[in-house]
Amino acid sequence: MTDHELIWRIAGGSGDGIASTSQNFAKALMRAGLHVFTHRHYPSRIRGGHTYTEVRVSADPVKSRGDGYNFLLSLGDSFARNPSEGAYYGNEEIKPLSENLDELVEGGVIVYDSGLLDTDEIEDFDERVEENDWHVFDIDLRSIAREHGREVMRNTAGVAVTCAIADIEPDVIKSLMADAMPEKILEPNLEVFDDAYEQVKEEFDVDAPDITAPTGEHDEEQVLLSGSDAIAYGAIDEGCRFISGYPMTPWTEVFVIMSQNLPELGGISEQVEDEIAAAALAMGASHAGVKAMSGSSGGGFSLMSEPLGLAEITETPIVLVEAMRAGPSTGMPTKPEQSDMEHVLYTSQGDSHRVVFAPATAAEAYDQTRKAFKIAYEYQIPAIVLYDQKLGGELSNVPASVFDEEPNPDLGSVLTEAELADAPHDDSGKYQRYQHDTEDGVSPRSLPGQKGGRYLATGNEHMPAGHISEDPDNRVAQMNRRMQKVESIRAELDEDGEFNTVYGPEDADLGLITFGSQQGTVEEAADVLNENGHSVKVLGVSELMPFPKDQVSAFLDSVDEALVVEMTASAQFRGLVQKELGGYGDKMSSLLKYNGNPFEPHDIVEGFETALLEGEELPDNRTKFVPKVGE
Amino acid sequence: MSAFSAIGEETEKDQNEFTPGLEPQPTWCPGCGDFGVLKALKGAAAELGLSPDEMMVTTGIGCSGKLNSYFNSYGFHTIHGRSLPIARAAKLANPGLTVVAAGGDGDGYGIGGNHFMHTARENHDITYIVFNNEIFGLTKGQTSPTSPMGHKSKTQPHGSAKTPLRPLSLSLNAGASYVARTAAVNPNQAKDIIVEAIQHDGFSHVDFLTQCPTWNKDARQYVPYIDINESDDYEFDNTSRSEASEMMFETENALHEGTVLTGRYYVDEDRPSYQQEKQRIGEMPEEPLAERYFDDSYEWERSYDKFLSKHK
Repeated sequence: MTDHELIWRIAGGSGDGIASTSQNFAKALMRAGLHVFTHRHYPSRIRGGHTYTEVRVSADPVKSRGDGYNFLLSLGDSFARNPSEGAYYGNEEIKPLSENLDELVEGGVIVYDSGLLDTDEIEDFDERVEENDWHVFDIDLRSIAREHGREVMRNTAGVAVTCAIADIEPDVIKSLMADAMPEKILEPNLEVFDDAYEQVKEEFDVDAPDITAPTGEHDEEQVLLSGSDAIAYGAIDEGCRFISGYPMTPWTEVFVIMSQNLPELGGISEQVEDEIAAAALAMGASHAGVKAMSGSSGGGFSLMSEPLGLAEITETPIVLVEAMRAGPSTGMPTKPEQSDMEHVLYTSQGDSHRVVFAPATAAEAYDQTRKAFKIAYEYQIPAIVLYDQKLGGELSNVPASVFDEEPNPDLGSVLTEAELADAPHDDSGKYQRYQHDTEDGVSPRSLPGQKGGRYLATGNEHMPAGHISEDPDNRVAQMNRRMQKVESIRAELDEDGEFNTVYGPEDADLGLITFGSQQGTVEEAADVLNENGHSVKVLGVSELMPFPKDQVSAFLDSVDEALVVEMTASAQFRGLVQKELGGYGDKMSSLLKYNGNPFEPHDIVEGFETALLEGEELPDNRTKFVPKVGE
Repeated sequence: MSAFSAIGEETEKDQNEFTPGLEPQPTWCPGCGDFGVLKALKGAAAELGLSPDEMMVTTGIGCSGKLNSYFNSYGFHTIHGRSLPIARAAKLANPGLTVVAAGGDGDGYGIGGNHFMHTARENHDITYIVFNNEIFGLTKGQTSPTSPMGHKSKTQPHGSAKTPLRPLSLSLNAGASYVARTAAVNPNQAKDIIVEAIQHDGFSHVDFLTQCPTWNKDARQYVPYIDINESDDYEFDNTSRSEASEMMFETENALHEGTVLTGRYYVDEDRPSYQQEKQRIGEMPEEPLAERYFDDSYEWERSYDKFLSKHK
């Protein structure tokens, strides 16, 4: 983080309104002309448990969570469990304060609700405060809230105190509250705000900490949204009007956004019995001529393996999204990881042929979801958007103009009845929907109900009109044609050249490589490394399948060595690069993180300088360095 | 003008229209009950005046899964147990289609049991024909969910310790609004039941007894059969849930005691189909969604105009 940034962490328990308060705070500051970026940390639990959201606020664009943070608003946990002697979970009541101290930077601010939290319960609290030059504001936020309204309004009191200390104009927050809150609760909340704001100014020296929110101005209109919003809007703008799914964290966000919006667009959302059905329904709708999608997280996606392979061999267009979380199995449901990558690339029997995008930002999530639909329907192939809990849930400001695009309901390679009349049929009148020889591998489809279009779609290998066949020549012709589609897609993506990102000085001699949601953090780390005198550039890969071989090998050829950064424990992405390029294992080391928290820029700076360049051990187990082949 | 002109087309159909001219003979064994399903379906489709291009027949895996290889219409031969989810989404996407799903007893009552239960519960307007031969045929004679207790097979060398699943009772309790059982040896009843099932607005389930002469030699050929709606020995009201339930229970017990009972067990014409329920609550458009993509005058909405303001 830089000196002129505010990184505000609001901490409490699940169910205490941390998410909505932080969202309103972020949006208010975005409206005030600032760049914002949030990071959510929460347990798999409805009520209670250590929860926080960080809002990073800067005058300049930000693309990651920061290194540590400088302002803690510590609220109580209304649903904390009562600890018994030796409880594994310890004293939950004090966690909104105790769990957040390690990452608070020197000179930082602590505002805590003295009505709920007692610092006597934290070991060496006063010593740590003194040592780190923290500024502590103990205010009975709960009492202020109770006086004017209800106890939950202590969040508002905390935000008011934040404004007083960090010099944020109260109207910035209050005007957003007026938009976001119904009349009935707005009035008491405004009273709580004013009272808390005045009280802290009266009782404390609010100018003591050297922490001030920056000021700034946007050169175009911004919107605050998440990766999940962007994926859903991308789908809607491509004419997707059918979604089927089964709830699973964190994919549920996309499912909910689609389900809430589709009815008013005349679309259909189906919550079904399991993820096998979810993927199969999307295929059924797509087969019948509606642009459709489904999705899940790792566990549910496992169930989709079977329909995924069926979509490949029957050439049924389908878009799936997969929101990764820490595995294996149930793993850590609310924590990000990228370790479903190999699962998504290869799951289902037989030779996989599908398209997998891994967007890095909300804007990329919008664009790549749209491209996934275009490819799926044009090439009749499954296209998957692979993201994670981090990208799905983090909020950032994005120029509104990113979404100012024309809708595209085009169904892709589908014939009309008029075209079907002239298309080849077999002697039973069945349309030869799977013709052997086509230019780009695509054989146009017909839709049930179209006159002259009937054919058999089957998961068995089949002849041109769909009849089941094990004839070797037909098998090779059909397999080659289906694989040819992947080559055609690769050529199209090369021509577009939009999705993979190279960042930093072109002539840098060292490289950082990553995929998906870690890209922004890796880029910020590269900025620090370059400031530190190294010469580093970044390759962020979004196209995982078909793999951009030329672009990645050119990048690797241009550097002396590279550090591959990914949230897996087995260096899956580095393995993919080696497999696809047939080498470079002696050039790539890995920096891995799988403790449930996304990378912070300093993790990468440290891994790069300490482990890669100096060959020393990393100081703790937050990240893991795996040297290149031969070392 | 519809982009799907086969739907609702007025035609005089002969059942030969549903026989693909090119396809070789079905690969089913001589004497297999599956021929009876194919014949009944062809007869029903012709009687209903359907055209091959407005029908979609989805199947699962097994001998029964070949049904749409030998039936001339749009077909989707899916994967084991998954014919129903694909069928019901196709119907939601384009409600004008006549959608028939089919599969074996292992396919529908075993691996696809969850889909069966939920499709019945939701009362999708599709027809589901289960080829029930009380055995896994294509994989060479293993015990299936409907195999009788004590049934010996290579996978149950000491005889099955499990009581067989009760398909009719399960269907009724899950929510199907038309439940019937017929048998391959009873072609006229089979055709009539399939006609009624297709005409029924809601989920119609036909448990179709199909003898397997190769792997289930011990099993009866499902003769003689008794039509419970016609026999004077069985008095019940098949619009009454409780009377239907009792009749089903008796029928399922009787099968393993050598008495083959068939007929219409439950008919509920009042319950709205899932499509109707979904339209009632405003979650499904009145016009077929599939037509919209061919409608050049349709104004497609976009997120920029519809949803962005709440993010500002």
